[in-house]
Amino acid sequence: MDKKIRVLVAKAGLDGHDRGAKVVASTFRDAGFEVIYTGLRQTTEMIVDAAIQEDVDVIALSILSGAHMTVFPRVLNLMKQNKMDDVLLTGGGIMGESDIKKLMDMGVGKLYGPGSSLTEAVAYIKDWYQNNNH
Amino acid sequence: MSASKEKWQEQVAKAKTRDAKFITASGEPVELMGTPEMLKDFDYDRDLSYPGQFPYTRGVHPNMYRGRLWTMRQFAGFGTPEDTNARFKYLLKNGQTGLSVAFDLPTLMGRDADDPFSEGEVGVCGVSVSSLKDMEVLFEGIPIDQVSTSMTINSPAMILLAFYIAIAEKQGVSLDKVRGTIQNDILKEYIAQKEYIFPPKPSMRIIVDMIEYCTNEMPQWNTISISGYHIREAGSTAVQELAFTLADGFAYVEAAIERGLDVDDFAPRLSHFFNSHNDFYEEIAKFRAARRIYAKRMRYKYGAKKERSWLLRFHTQTAGATLTAQQPENNIVRVAYQGLAAVLGGTQSLHTNSMDETLALPSEKAVKIALRTQQILAYETGTPHTIDPWAGSYFMEDLTNKMEAGAEAYFKQIDDLGGVIPAIEKGFFQKEIARAAYQYQNEIERNERTIVGVNDFVDENEKIEIPILEISPEVEAKQRRQLKELRETRDNKAVKACLAELKEAAERDKNLMPVLIKAAKAYATVGEMINTLKDVFGEYVETVDF
Repeated sequence: MDKKIRVLVAKAGLDGHDRGAKVVASTFRDAGFEVIYTGLRQTTEMIVDAAIQEDVDVIALSILSGAHMTVFPRVLNLMKQNKMDDVLLTGGGIMGESDIKKLMDMGVGKLYGPGSSLTEAVAYIKDWYQNNNH
Repeated sequence: MSASKEKWQEQVAKAKTRDAKFITASGEPVELMGTPEMLKDFDYDRDLSYPGQFPYTRGVHPNMYRGRLWTMRQFAGFGTPEDTNARFKYLLKNGQTGLSVAFDLPTLMGRDADDPFSEGEVGVCGVSVSSLKDMEVLFEGIPIDQVSTSMTINSPAMILLAFYIAIAEKQGVSLDKVRGTIQNDILKEYIAQKEYIFPPKPSMRIIVDMIEYCTNEMPQWNTISISGYHIREAGSTAVQELAFTLADGFAYVEAAIERGLDVDDFAPRLSHFFNSHNDFYEEIAKFRAARRIYAKRMRYKYGAKKERSWLLRFHTQTAGATLTAQQPENNIVRVAYQGLAAVLGGTQSLHTNSMDETLALPSEKAVKIALRTQQILAYETGTPHTIDPWAGSYFMEDLTNKMEAGAEAYFKQIDDLGGVIPAIEKGFFQKEIARAAYQYQNEIERNERTIVGVNDFVDENEKIEIPILEISPEVEAKQRRQLKELRETRDNKAVKACLAELKEAAERDKNLMPVLIKAAKAYATVGEMINTLKDVFGEYVETVDF
């Protein structure tokens, strides 16, 4: 049997909007992923530590507060420092197209704005997992 | 059964039905139409009565909008206090009739602009206010005896109220002339919006302190805005919004009575805040049911004797979560329908969302269209000329009854769990809401629910062509700089003394308002006051389920 894909769903900073994170976590769980949800108000260090502890394949960050240009680069940087080259950083929330492009250019995976299809997000993670020889 | 009804039923059974689910936005099945059987127990005087008469189903004022239109109140705040002060003046110039302040996340969470946790969030989703200095700039040139101001602030509400009181004093306005509302609804924070700081018990104590203070000093100030808006935005159904909000309100009433306050002294200053979502009929029924349930409970359960204590007055905001990032101009139309439902539901004030709110904070152009939407509703459609035109509609009265029954069933469940706070601690509300949110999303994913521009009528290769408000990183730098300056120039000895006094008042169960006002005037910061209280009260940590 295939190993289950392990995903950390995380909320960073002061943002308390957890509707999206919880819906995404439930969707991933029902898609057969192993889901760990951090709960609210995590620092970027706490998130990356949890990812290491839980040995996840994917970090999925939810940010609706507008702090994405601070949080994503910081998580990415910590992932590099910890040599987590085989872990995907993806996410979603309220972010404009130009910010999404900048973050993806830095090396963040696909990012999902409002109205995105969760079916598509599940397929994206499954594809990424297969293509990265897991 | 009449011959015509029999014939109609046969025809309906044979008729072709579209391939669609006929459910409300809350997932409830909808009746094909209303019929007289639905109202066989209907009693006009008992169930509706006239507007301004118990149980107020038709509205709280005898002549409703012929006397006064609803207050057009657009929620605004971004960047520095200077930025938001300019937006306030722009809105007032364009005919807005009340102010509504949106604070940024650090302020909402009781953290100063220079707190490490605030990094990247200063001025981003509201205005940054760390001390009375910022508040002075925010209201510069706005005579506060001439506007009513609503402040959306919860955990640090008592501090922002202290700032506002200090501003009133500086402008020479006596407190009995200060009009406005402070949201101050902590229970829905644990339930939905999650901007809590202290555990529920000390939080309730602070709220009762504020109710007590305002009842004595600020007779025109709404001490709390019991809010369903955020519960709905977190994904609840309409019935959950109705039931959980009213349950929260009753918990405040009980806490204040327990303190020894007379219900008729404070109840007239309690206000409510609801969401107006996509499902037109369901929303109108919700507003009508809310007034009826509230009036009955306040009168019979809590023994309120003044008519004013029975009135459920409310503000409404159209549903942010229904806006789409795709084809954002379509949001103007969604907002117009939602606003119409709120007015048909008898709202006392209204915020109509701007079309660009799924993308960023609203631009000046978008917010003007949103305000104009209300003005068209008020002055062109004729809607406000008559009161509650839905009364007597079989369908609407039946739906209103169902809303009330649904809420009563939830009240019973909450009672069985030991009340609102134990239910929060058991995660009851949070799980109910998360389940409803997941179901709603699944309906969209499976195309059982159509969202125009998102899962149907999609524009391929769409380019967003509306201007987007950007918050410059300079805002954060500026706020930090000014805070540093403040800390260097104020009388730090006086600040220290005020904070010590605050700590003592917190430990000794003294009303916190007088000492908070003193500390505010000494330019103690939001963070300093909150941290002092954290030392006494501790911090709340929620148990998470999904």
